[in-house]
Amino acid sequence: MPERLTFPHSGDGPDQCPGCYCEGMLDPGAPQLLACPQCDLLQKHAHSAPQSGGRCRRCGAVVAHPRHASIDRPLALALTCAQVFVLANVFPLVSMNVHGDIISTTMPRAVWALYQHQMTGLALLVFLTTLLAPGIQIATILTLLIGLRFRRGQRHFARLFRLVETIRVWGMIDVLMLGILVSLVKLAALATVVPGVALWSFGALLVLLALLSSSFSTRDLWHWSQERYA
Amino acid sequence: MSRVLSAAAAGLILCTTCEQLARHQSAPAHRCPRCGQRIHLRKPDSLARTTAYLIAAIILYIPANLLPIMHTATLVGGEDDTILSGVIVLLKTGSWPLAALVFFASIMVPMLKLIALTVLVLSIHLRWTSPPQGRLRLYRLVEFIGRWSLLDIYVLTLLVALVQLHALATVEPRPGALAFAAVVVLTLFSARSFDPRLLWDPVSK
Repeated sequence: MPERLTFPHSGDGPDQCPGCYCEGMLDPGAPQLLACPQCDLLQKHAHSAPQSGGRCRRCGAVVAHPRHASIDRPLALALTCAQVFVLANVFPLVSMNVHGDIISTTMPRAVWALYQHQMTGLALLVFLTTLLAPGIQIATILTLLIGLRFRRGQRHFARLFRLVETIRVWGMIDVLMLGILVSLVKLAALATVVPGVALWSFGALLVLLALLSSSFSTRDLWHWSQERYA
Repeated sequence: MSRVLSAAAAGLILCTTCEQLARHQSAPAHRCPRCGQRIHLRKPDSLARTTAYLIAAIILYIPANLLPIMHTATLVGGEDDTILSGVIVLLKTGSWPLAALVFFASIMVPMLKLIALTVLVLSIHLRWTSPPQGRLRLYRLVEFIGRWSLLDIYVLTLLVALVQLHALATVEPRPGALAFAAVVVLTLFSARSFDPRLLWDPVSK
């Protein structure tokens, strides 16, 4: 017996978002409708476990992220990320001892050196992917979470959210970390290399960013915004 | 099998930014009712954009591999390094796991990406009707590994900044690095403009 999906009529939605399929639009007993981002299959979310995540029945892509209860955990992680990010960019990455001369560099200074070698394009790319994008990402997540936590700044919520989603793919701290390790091995052939504070900071930042992104999801942000800005 | 219904066929659009499902309207500038992002049934001109970025990347792939990416000057003279010769130097200095890593990130990944994207684009141009599961896996692989090719650019950045020992040794960037970075960025753009839902449209109808 083929199942028939019925859709609410347009204009049925709550006033704040006419025409959209909010969970609240369907009657409380009805399952939530979801579309797969990778194959566009329309499906119902498992009714029994609204808090858990779900994958597409046809192609296996994530259609629903699991919900998280606590807003304080991502907030604490974001605060730590911000501090470690500053450390990682202010302190030297590595120092080399060459016949008594100590040569060291920080990440921003390395980008500047590239610029001075007439490699403006490359310098911009490295600047964007290792400094600007992660910096904006951390700052924006922090602002969003603080806003939600203290129930302020509803007006800017949607704009900040879009910024986070846009900038997320351009942060490449993980690739940078591997690059730092490879260049350490290459440099070790030339001189004695002493790892600096920023090297450990980047390592910590890598772990913290992974923890941060797994401590909340897109779905959480909108749920929290509905709960807290109501 | 009336249960296989795509959101598009039901007149619904998924906002890929905030995962909200919205009713399709024929307004020119259609925005997500929740987060305000522009939304489309399918990414606009997906195939044309993907193909354009891909062709540009394939063209630049040649100078990226043939031109030197850096120049090392030492007391005994200077030498130019390409991507491949950089891997060989790593191999000779005895760190083969690292050489394998750089070989994978800088040579295998860009090549795999170009081939995979070509297959994906061709499969839609030629309207393949085979089950798209395999090609979807290929797309996910491209999305996942694409960014790791920037590895060599970061290594170069640090070497240029640190190896400035005046008389002893200096490292300078060379134009090949720019071409290589351009290939990586263009393939990232190409993969981002590709809409995997296009793979499923012939199946859903």
